[in-house]
Amino acid sequence: MNALLDLFTVVMVCAGVFFFFAGSIGMLRLPTTLSRLHALTKADNLGLGLVVLGILPRVDGPLDGLKLVLVWFLVQVSAGTVSQLIAVLVRKQGEVEP
Amino acid sequence: MSEAILHGGLILLFLAVAATSVFTRDTFSAITAFIVYGLLLGLAWVALGSIDVALTEAALGGGITGALLLRAASRLRHADHAAETRRTGPASHGLAALACAGLTAALIVLVLSLPHPAPSLAPLAMEALPATHVGNPVTGVLLAFRAWDTFLETVVLVLALVAIWGLTSDAMWGGRPGPVQIPEPDGNLAFLARLLPPFGVLIAIYLFWVGADEPGGKFQAGTLLAAMWLLTLQAGLIDAPVLSRLRLRLAIVLGPLVFAGIGLLGIVVSSGLFAYPPGFVKACILLIEAASTVSIGVTLCLLVLGPPERPATP
Repeated sequence: MNALLDLFTVVMVCAGVFFFFAGSIGMLRLPTTLSRLHALTKADNLGLGLVVLGILPRVDGPLDGLKLVLVWFLVQVSAGTVSQLIAVLVRKQGEVEP
Repeated sequence: MSEAILHGGLILLFLAVAATSVFTRDTFSAITAFIVYGLLLGLAWVALGSIDVALTEAALGGGITGALLLRAASRLRHADHAAETRRTGPASHGLAALACAGLTAALIVLVLSLPHPAPSLAPLAMEALPATHVGNPVTGVLLAFRAWDTFLETVVLVLALVAIWGLTSDAMWGGRPGPVQIPEPDGNLAFLARLLPPFGVLIAIYLFWVGADEPGGKFQAGTLLAAMWLLTLQAGLIDAPVLSRLRLRLAIVLGPLVFAGIGLLGIVVSSGLFAYPPGFVKACILLIEAASTVSIGVTLCLLVLGPPERPATP
């Protein structure tokens, strides 16, 4: 059981790290602001979500687990809103990038 | 080994972000790098095992200081153009570089000449901690053993606000700070400003409450309150407060007043200034922390908003 939980944690955290990595590369390499935002929010959402999922079996109690999920949720809401705000600004300024 | 890699990576990131902040010519990018620097500094404190300082650094160094700098930058936009036309010569550049290098060298020499192991009062503080009935040694030191320092810290915030209000023009005295925000009731920001504050206020109360026994406390909680207030202001859901209101001004000085009152009470009922009456130590500390949380939240928000710029009634 313990070994299985360890495996679960390792797989999930690794998957999360992969999404963060891919998101970072996307932000550096993608051509337009909107596509860079897309890459970044994917990393925030899936990357952080998988890392949180991976460490959930290792917390001391349900309350600590709830806190972790809350952290993920709050990051979702604020990151989503901020990228919408940036996107609106880009559209208003009529960005013309290749 | 893995710790060495983590610390080494952090140090490299530090240097890179610090260099970006210093060498970037665009003010906005430089401030962004500085905010990232503040967040990284929070991580460094986590790596050193002091969560209290990490929380404060992330909230104050990364959050409020960033907001303050961004506001300052938007005010200084005109001055920026003026600075671009007035170039400084190589002599002044050289002088500045020499002064900075000298200061850095002096700091390095100082750090290297520190005694090893460093003199520490930590064992003494830990030994006396049970007398305060507070579980978090940081809170114990800040509010019991070094209460005088912490009191002056809360006063400094009020003084900073007085200095900013001193910049008010006569006509605007007692008015509202900041520009009028045009609300977009269906906008994203308004959505966030409705959703987030209940969480923020709850987490602020939690941070204040656990501060007695675990990392947290009045500065972290107050900063969070200020951030929530700023968010609702920015979204245009509420208007900036009229600065001449008595209730607002009472909220600003509530923390220092309660702190000073309990401190002075110590002369009468206990052994001296800032000596809490035995048996009521934790109650006193909680009272001071609660009052300070309110004052710090209000003061930090008003610091970011700046001096009044428009009359109380439009």
